[in-house]
Amino acid sequence: MNIVRKIFGGDIRQLGMVAALVILIAYFQIKTGGLTLDPNNVNNIIQGNAYILVLAIGMVLVIIAGHIDLSVGSISAFVGIVVAIAIRDWSLPWPVGILLGLGLGALVGVWQGFWVARVGIPAFIVTLAGMLFFRGANQYVGKSNTVPVPEGFQVIGSGSLPEVGPNTGYNNLTVLLGILGCAAIVYGALRSRARLTKIGAQVEEAWAMWTRLALVCLVILGAMFLIASGRKGFPVSGLILVVLVLVYGFIASKTVLGRHIYAVGGNRHAAELSGVKSRQINFFVMANMAVLASLAGMMFVARSTASGPFDGVGWELDAIAAVFIGGAAVTGGVGTVVGSIVGGLVMAVLNNGLQLEGVGADATQMIKGLVLLIAVAFDVYNKSQGKPSILGLFQRNRDRNRRLAEAESGTVDTQNPAQSSVTSTSSTLGSDS
Amino acid sequence: MSNVAPTATGTARTGSHEVILEMRAITKEFPGVKALSDVDMTVRRGEIHAICGENGAGKSTLMKVLSGVHPHGSYRGEILWNGAPAQFSSIRDSEQAGIVIIHQELALIPELSIAENIFLGNEQTRRGAIDWVQTQAKAAQLLERVGLSEDPMTKVKDIGVGKQQLVEIAKALSKDVQLLILDEPTAALNESDSQHLLQIMDGLRSHGVTCIMISHKLNEIEQISDAITIIRDGRSIETLRVKEDGVDENRIIRGMVGRDLESRFPDHTPTIGEVFFEVKHWNVQHPVRADRLVANDASFFVRRGEIVGFAGLMGAGRTELMRSIFGRSYGTLLGGTIVKDGKELHLKHVRDAIDAGLAYVTEDRKTLGLNLLDDIKRTTVSAKLSRITHGLVVDETEEYRIAEQYRQELRTKTPNVEEGVAKLSGGNQQKVVLAKWLFTEPDLLILDEPTRGIDVGAKFEIYGIIQRLAAQGKGVIVVSSELPELLGLADRIYTIAEGRITGCLDKAQADQESLMRLMTKNTTRTQANAVS
Repeated sequence: MNIVRKIFGGDIRQLGMVAALVILIAYFQIKTGGLTLDPNNVNNIIQGNAYILVLAIGMVLVIIAGHIDLSVGSISAFVGIVVAIAIRDWSLPWPVGILLGLGLGALVGVWQGFWVARVGIPAFIVTLAGMLFFRGANQYVGKSNTVPVPEGFQVIGSGSLPEVGPNTGYNNLTVLLGILGCAAIVYGALRSRARLTKIGAQVEEAWAMWTRLALVCLVILGAMFLIASGRKGFPVSGLILVVLVLVYGFIASKTVLGRHIYAVGGNRHAAELSGVKSRQINFFVMANMAVLASLAGMMFVARSTASGPFDGVGWELDAIAAVFIGGAAVTGGVGTVVGSIVGGLVMAVLNNGLQLEGVGADATQMIKGLVLLIAVAFDVYNKSQGKPSILGLFQRNRDRNRRLAEAESGTVDTQNPAQSSVTSTSSTLGSDS
Repeated sequence: MSNVAPTATGTARTGSHEVILEMRAITKEFPGVKALSDVDMTVRRGEIHAICGENGAGKSTLMKVLSGVHPHGSYRGEILWNGAPAQFSSIRDSEQAGIVIIHQELALIPELSIAENIFLGNEQTRRGAIDWVQTQAKAAQLLERVGLSEDPMTKVKDIGVGKQQLVEIAKALSKDVQLLILDEPTAALNESDSQHLLQIMDGLRSHGVTCIMISHKLNEIEQISDAITIIRDGRSIETLRVKEDGVDENRIIRGMVGRDLESRFPDHTPTIGEVFFEVKHWNVQHPVRADRLVANDASFFVRRGEIVGFAGLMGAGRTELMRSIFGRSYGTLLGGTIVKDGKELHLKHVRDAIDAGLAYVTEDRKTLGLNLLDDIKRTTVSAKLSRITHGLVVDETEEYRIAEQYRQELRTKTPNVEEGVAKLSGGNQQKVVLAKWLFTEPDLLILDEPTRGIDVGAKFEIYGIIQRLAAQGKGVIVVSSELPELLGLADRIYTIAEGRITGCLDKAQADQESLMRLMTKNTTRTQANAVS
């Protein structure tokens, strides 16, 4: 266990999820007689879930900041129908249609961000209203009809990397993508190690780093060669997803904006007293979510070749489940983009494997529900770091009472930080003393 | 425990000095802290018994021991209730015995009516359903006893704090209370509400209800109480009989502060420059209660290299004043100016205040000062990320270097700067918070209770840091409830009471008694109308 931890870093939660994903894949691979890792099926999994994973990226930021967004499915459907009609009736070129869709998503985002950040209505309410409103708007605009989209547009949903160069038996671009990815990862790891060494910081042992890099590269190249050996190359929707993961992963972990999102979700009062403008942060996460929802909606429409009145039903719940399976905390302040993607993939592989096995939709739903519950229960159980999670919510009151009880002797809770840190996110409004 | 002895049978206050409660050698320890040690207290039936002491002396802890909040077994010592040993394991136990505590933070539910609140947990029922007729009728009777003329069906949120306090008392009376404990009953009340409350207490006394009252308002204590027990540093110092001993405010103050300076301070010779920061006629309204001014025409100044102390009792408005100056992060600003280096500042947001060279270290590290999910290095740079960003991207190498530098400079005890702040001890957490604000390169550093919950060794180090900052020519404001700390550290001390600055003493003139006198100075009161 110690060796594993050295190689992958100390985050047991994420490690557990990755391990669960690997075990799931292995299990279904055996159970379905090799169908799971068939190139076409892998492509299928990616294309069939890319839009949910795009939603999960936006959702994890919303949840880190301490909110929730229930409206994403309806927004996706609304933007999808508007874009489909615009392309058909106004004969817009499809790339302009995509820009229109993103613009519309931004407008919706401004609307919801205004209510959450400016007026201060809980996001749960604002987006519940949005869920109803935009579902209705989808059916109003499309008159509850299904509207097809042109072939060019379908690329973002079901397109793949084209065949170029010599015939190697593999899709060359896909293989190249894998090699470039590995190179970038190795380069990044070495560079950050060099800089840390320069300032005399502690760095991990070399063998741990190299083992990790080797494993990661092996997985990437393996996946890419697997996909490249099939009939088609790497899906375009998968490529969009990879780019978004890189961009948003970077934003979340390396930029001022990302820092502020975590700060607001972790302790809003402390963040504000450190000069963070929490309204702006709340506005951003809500608006950004709507833009990503519009993209997800268009990707789905492109894959299913038409926009319909029941697109996007229940997507918000899939996205939220992915985020929580991926280790985010209900109370905010905790969560990662990559974790949410892993969480989403766990659900996706589970869905796919059960389908291949011929398990009905009823049982599949039940199993997915249990997986979510168990994943979060695991999180709660592992709360050794004092990260707040669902249980933390319930403990809050108890702990507050205890703190009141010890208020006069004031020093008490500071003596035992681990114990009382559960209450860290409790939002006691400015102290009155 | 025998919980008979109905309310009205208590002997009047002039009768034989029958003892209702005796607490013997109560010792209560929290991990690492001895909150109470060998506290004795004897309360006679039908008297109003005040408990006095500085913030943190152990008054509330003692009352929590008595009322079962700290259950029997979690403390040492003995409680004799009506002459028999009592072992309360919860508030419910003590309430059954006739002891009711009213906390400083009222425990009423705003959305429920007065009547519902009074009978909460003790609902008046008939065949399993709430009997509204009886609930209202009984509530009305109780309200009459506390002199409150409100419809029992009025929601609690619609009446003022003063009346809410009376509802709490009515609730206590509904439980056949023999001993009523009031923790800072008048702290949040205005003058006339306070007087009314004191009258009600006087009325209860004549009906044989015994009261224990914790209060900082010495004039009220002198006015109404029969006996005063003084607690200092978790020990009971003395019990004074107001009439017999001829007690006055000065006598109480002497009892409260009479101790030697026990904390040590590093040697320091101040080099004080010219005035560079000034606040003039600062008025701030409470964020919720529009009738309350948390800062009332406050004016003060800070010189370069000077450590300025702010003394005041709990609720006096020290924190509120500082936070309103720090980018209006508390209350509504009604008027006033801030001048720094000759220029008037308009600090509309915390960001503006930080950019103007102000830093504010909050009194409550856990809820206001730190994101406990974060690690040391990220916390250290969090208040001025712009110093280490290229474009919008945080330079993590620089972040590590800076965090490491502060770790060494402030001697924070941690294996590395990637440790989560939640895992640190109070003293080391405070050093991380200090590092965070030092990183903003402030000219004026405001420290609110900088050593609360910190052990003696770390205190000494933090005093040293504060003095070093002053020696660098920065202005430092220290808000503290510990008078010895202010006396040892500050070059000049302001006192605040009820949002007003009531005095300013140089280090040479100040001592605990003079400060305490200014801190308890009731600015709005005319001493004339005393009860009974």
